[in-house]
Amino acid sequence: MNVLRDTVILFKRSMRHIQHSPDTIITVAIIPIMIMLLLVYVYGGAIKTSTGTDNYVNYMLPGILLMSIASGVAYTAYRIFLDMQKGIIARLHSMPVSRSAVLWGHVMTSLVSNAISLMIIFLVALVMGFRSSAELTAWLAAAGILMLFTLALTWLAVIPGLTAKSIEGASGFSYPLIFLPFISSAFVPTATMPALVRAFAENQPVTAIVNSLRALLGGQAVGSDIWTALAWCIGVTIFAYFFAMRAYKRV
Amino acid sequence: MTNIAIETKGLKKAFKATSVLKGVDLEVRRGEIFALLGSNGAGKTTVVNILSTLLKPDSGTASVCGFDTQRQPERVREQISLTGQFAAVDGMLTGHENLMLMAELRSVSNPTQIANRLLNQFGLSDAGNKRADTYSGGMTRRLDIAMSLVGTPAVIFLDEPTTGLDPEGRLEVWKTIQKLAQGGTTILLTTQQLEEAEQLANRIAILHDGRIIASGTLNELKQLFPPAKLEYIEKQVTLEEIFLAIVGNKTAEVAR
Repeated sequence: MNVLRDTVILFKRSMRHIQHSPDTIITVAIIPIMIMLLLVYVYGGAIKTSTGTDNYVNYMLPGILLMSIASGVAYTAYRIFLDMQKGIIARLHSMPVSRSAVLWGHVMTSLVSNAISLMIIFLVALVMGFRSSAELTAWLAAAGILMLFTLALTWLAVIPGLTAKSIEGASGFSYPLIFLPFISSAFVPTATMPALVRAFAENQPVTAIVNSLRALLGGQAVGSDIWTALAWCIGVTIFAYFFAMRAYKRV
Repeated sequence: MTNIAIETKGLKKAFKATSVLKGVDLEVRRGEIFALLGSNGAGKTTVVNILSTLLKPDSGTASVCGFDTQRQPERVREQISLTGQFAAVDGMLTGHENLMLMAELRSVSNPTQIANRLLNQFGLSDAGNKRADTYSGGMTRRLDIAMSLVGTPAVIFLDEPTTGLDPEGRLEVWKTIQKLAQGGTTILLTTQQLEEAEQLANRIAILHDGRIIASGTLNELKQLFPPAKLEYIEKQVTLEEIFLAIVGNKTAEVAR
């Protein structure tokens, strides 16, 4: 029994699902791209004056990327739910296959397919005028944060995937996550928000992550935000992993 | 090597307050088709799930090929293959890809060859490169059973293999099971159809209300009942016979 070998085999299996229906990657990218178009070309002119930024595409891209990840992980919940319902997980558990590889195969798939969606969005942003003066190390750090965020939300998605009673229940958890960037510093500065909303916006994870990404891609100093961002990502990963494993033991 | 492939002793299992198994003793010999007959909710699936290491019994023991399902689950998993009540086929993958997946996971040495041979054996060669969710119920079941054969497990569990199939599909699956047993594989199948047990099994156990209430060959079971009286009854043609007579040509084609 070999966790790594089984994970790779099962990863290839669910990547083949994506190959057979690439629309799962397109649909993940399409909504964030639409919102990006809407924000830049409809509201952008008005927002620009209040943010004081000269390149609004640069300003809102990090929030759009997080939104894409939040909707992308819903597919992980969906795929695990289907595997549970169709008895595929039971079949794998009755075989000489590593139990944790069954979940890791899905988690790996999520990391790769979300990365592809992010690249599509990124290309569209480039066409829309995204420019960066960041150095390679800053780029790598930004990619690392996006990957950690994906990992955290993916493990969160495993929980409803294993426990939901219906498809809607399996993927419904992602809706609030998709909207989190709207109540954060992702698209407008938090300073103009009413006190209560502002308090929430400034202390929820998306703001710290968005600020870090924005600073990294803008070639600026990141400050303490990056530690808050990392703490959130790692904290959520550990928390979600613990509850996912607990749910998995009951399967 | 003993002649016993599957053995359970005093198997008990309860879900919350509902006691499903109340002490099940079974003994299945190597190479036989053993039918576990029982109505809905009798506990057949629970027995199969315990034997295939998916569930732990509350008390009692279960062993497959001499390995204890609780103490040596990994060794048991190397011996067995489970075909559950609902065909666990990956609909997004083709028939060929489903078989390849099983072959890779069981690390057989020549996966492509095995996949092609099984597709051929189960009459799925033409559909091999089509996605499994386009298959008919009978084809899906055949693929499901084919997937169980990858890596030639010593013991196969078939949990209600013909439930939800039309009469043609059922005959296809029966033929498949009979062929398997000729190859020396031990088969434990569960069913709620008396006819299925009668057609396929060397030995039959009747599970009722969490206990085995009778077991033996069909002839032994028949002796439990009063001797047959000779009576003349006009034989009525059953709807199934009519159906099969009409679609007979089609079935013959499928068999070919």
